[in-house]
Amino acid sequence: MGKGVLVDLTKCIGCRGCQIACKEWNERSVKKTAMLGTYTNPPALNSECYTHIRFYEHEQDGPPVWSFVKYQCLHCEHPACAASCPVKALAKTRNGPVTYDYDRCIGCRYCMVACPFHVPKYEWESTRPWVQKCTFCSERIKDDMVPACIKTCPTGTMVYGERKEMLAEGQRRIADAPGKYVNHIYGEKEAGGTSWMYISAVPLEKTGFNMHIASMPLPDLTWAYIAKIPAVAGIVIAGGALSWVITRRNNQGKGE
Amino acid sequence: MAEKHEIRMMTPATMVVIALMVLAFAVAIYRLVNGLGAATNLSDDWPWGLWIGMDVLGGVAMAAGGFMIASAVYVFNIKKYRTIVRPAVLTAFIGYLLAIMALFLDIGHPLRLWHPAVMWQINSIMFIVAIHVILYTTVLAMEFSPMIFEKLKMQGALRFMQKIMVPVVIFGVLLSILHQSSLGALYLLVPAKMSPLWYTTSLPMLFLVSALMMGFSMVSFESIVSSKAFKHSVPLDVLQGLARGSIVVIAVYLIWKLWLLATGPGIGAAFDGSLEANMYLLEMAAGAIIPLVMLSMKSIRTTQSGIFKVNILVILGVVLNRLNVALFGLYRDAVNQGTAYFPSWMELALTAGLIALAVFIFKLAAKYLQLFPEAEAEH
Repeated sequence: MGKGVLVDLTKCIGCRGCQIACKEWNERSVKKTAMLGTYTNPPALNSECYTHIRFYEHEQDGPPVWSFVKYQCLHCEHPACAASCPVKALAKTRNGPVTYDYDRCIGCRYCMVACPFHVPKYEWESTRPWVQKCTFCSERIKDDMVPACIKTCPTGTMVYGERKEMLAEGQRRIADAPGKYVNHIYGEKEAGGTSWMYISAVPLEKTGFNMHIASMPLPDLTWAYIAKIPAVAGIVIAGGALSWVITRRNNQGKGE
Repeated sequence: MAEKHEIRMMTPATMVVIALMVLAFAVAIYRLVNGLGAATNLSDDWPWGLWIGMDVLGGVAMAAGGFMIASAVYVFNIKKYRTIVRPAVLTAFIGYLLAIMALFLDIGHPLRLWHPAVMWQINSIMFIVAIHVILYTTVLAMEFSPMIFEKLKMQGALRFMQKIMVPVVIFGVLLSILHQSSLGALYLLVPAKMSPLWYTTSLPMLFLVSALMMGFSMVSFESIVSSKAFKHSVPLDVLQGLARGSIVVIAVYLIWKLWLLATGPGIGAAFDGSLEANMYLLEMAAGAIIPLVMLSMKSIRTTQSGIFKVNILVILGVVLNRLNVALFGLYRDAVNQGTAYFPSWMELALTAGLIALAVFIFKLAAKYLQLFPEAEAEH
């Protein structure tokens, strides 16, 4: 079974240690950013930034409350990016990570269009550009090590283990502390389920989570089309051949 | 070869066409040397832009006339369309060549354009699209080849092509049906991103039906234009036949779209004054509603000038549909992420240059090949 992560957003203090650990392990450089009136920096994921903390401030009867959301690739159980890729550059591995093969990618960027979470980013400035996104430290996982961001987190915001157990852990935490959490594990069902899952005390839609993502695996939508191709091929070829034979016979009947 | 009306190459219009081509060539070199970021306004929020929306989706839709007329002539043996089968096939062939050029420049690693041919991924619509582009361009080259063989007086090759033409055309019909619909199927993956004005699980079929609309109008349009430019006449009953075909497909398309609107986001969604709603109304008015009203009038559907106006509207409307699906339908979602998109001047210049190249190749073919055989015989 694949690995999974439970992110308990009530524990995150927004220190951004995970952002740094990620950059170091994956040898990412930095991009210059500007002040945008938010603590979220860089303001969005980019080709040099696989994960960042999003800062949200809300007024909730009383003093302002901060929420910090660690964001990265959610590593779908049935990834739309892998189903979109024409050359199998993106693939879901048995361990859980959705990995990227540089040697196959042609740069069509359909994965970026397909991803419902806006995760894959592109090296637009390069003349040999690659798609970049969180790797779930697949090389570390292969060697039984914990992903870099999780290893570095000082508050234990992220729990790492078998996905099934992480889901059970999330359910347990919600059940054990009535009223503390919103009763929703984000990633349990979204897009058919993701390896990374979130629980939160603040309504998820207030902290940037897209609540309109269907709970079905997105590749089912395109497979419904692809599965019909053999039947269509049979009908068109048989129909075409038949109409040609009939037309020819009619013409011969007319003495042509 | 029979005496042809002399087609002059160095007209002012051709000069403009050549200038646009030269500019586009320079842009293509610049993009290859400096990368996509330097040449385009694409970004992480806008991974696909004008080249995919217009040159690939629009260009392929414009090519639909090729398989429609080829099957009418070679499979169903409807003789009156023989006069236009060659220009229709040529247009389709040019359309696909240009789409391939646009794809070559749009993908990040142009020299890996061949990867899908060997690295199969049958779950991927993009793989299906790539295979169809390869196969159908080959089919179009075969359908087009008799014109070359005639010119070169290669009788053996010509006879061989005539012998295998029917199965080739039937295979081409299959590839076209699948390719047109699979371009719509690309967007099945984005239910959470696309405006409900366009997102529906019927996208593949809608792309196919609107490509048929485009096919009728495009063939009719280019027949009229080339008859004027190259001084031969196009039989009115051919144009009227194409217009009758248009009425049927446009009616089907319009009823289907209205039904999807009513049962999906609701009629009100098209009138909420948002950018998407206005683009939707523009597309539907130009591509379906006004053409259908015009075609219902006898004075329009039976005259060349009337049919010509309808053709222009339908072509614009279907191109607009492709741009709406590729760009405006995803606009809200991308802007929520951070950025808006407008094509760079280089993206616009390349698109203009590719259209100019299409016109130029067509003109060359009209001058040097037997593009209008029947009309020739009448003179």
